[in-house]
Amino acid sequence: MNRIILQVAAALASGIVFGFGLSLSGMLNPARVQGFLDIFGAWDPSLAFVLGGAVAVAFVGVQAMKRMKHPAFDDSFHVPTNNRIDAPLVVGSALFGLGWGIGGFCPGPAIAALMIGLPETVVFVVAMLVGMTLHDRVWSKRP
Amino acid sequence: MSIYLASLIGGMLIGTSAVMLLLLNGRIAGISGIVGRLVQGVQTATNLAFVIGLPLGVLVYLLAFGGWPEVRMTVGLPLIVAAGLLVGFGSRMGSGCTSGHGVLGLARLSPRSMVAVATFLTAGVVAVAVLRGLGL
Repeated sequence: MNRIILQVAAALASGIVFGFGLSLSGMLNPARVQGFLDIFGAWDPSLAFVLGGAVAVAFVGVQAMKRMKHPAFDDSFHVPTNNRIDAPLVVGSALFGLGWGIGGFCPGPAIAALMIGLPETVVFVVAMLVGMTLHDRVWSKRP
Repeated sequence: MSIYLASLIGGMLIGTSAVMLLLLNGRIAGISGIVGRLVQGVQTATNLAFVIGLPLGVLVYLLAFGGWPEVRMTVGLPLIVAAGLLVGFGSRMGSGCTSGHGVLGLARLSPRSMVAVATFLTAGVVAVAVLRGLGL
């Protein structure tokens, strides 16, 4: 079969599992996310289990990757090789974290939650796409 | 199901999804990267398929459990817009978000991702503390 079709099918299946996992985990709910970040108030530690479970499974996958010559549907792995800890990494992560705390949404849950059709979610996603475009098309292209 | 067990199983499914994308396509399941490349028109077919899968996964949840997962935003529209702008700009500037840095970066033991996760968790805690302090 044409390899691009296999890649698209794998990406779609992976996205569906991701969206279902987000729904089950509680990450889709901004109120829960803010409860997780509210360590000085009524802290809800349950979402730590989401990160723990995800990292544990992904760690096994990364070990499997190291034993494979190439992924099933491509000639090579496309994994970041940059090791520099620089200002954009720290400043960008700080800005992202502030937005994550204020809104309770990160990119995956916000896009997945579009399914439910709440107007606030649509507003958040549009603002997020504007923010991404401002970075990629304006900020990173500044003279 | 207890919320702790649901969170653990949900998290393991998120990890499973990341492993699928990694071992099948050789790609990192970083949502901000995937969406960013989609907006820029790079690798459109696979990125679009993944992004369409996310809401479809929520639909599968509805079919499996007979109700939507709870989604409740706690702040008003001006703060929702500000939060969206910060999440979009910041995740692109920092080369990742909760998925790329949080899940795969930590699983790869990447020092960059460890710094990113510590930074965005701290900033998130500060943001919520300030919101609570302001009574929002």
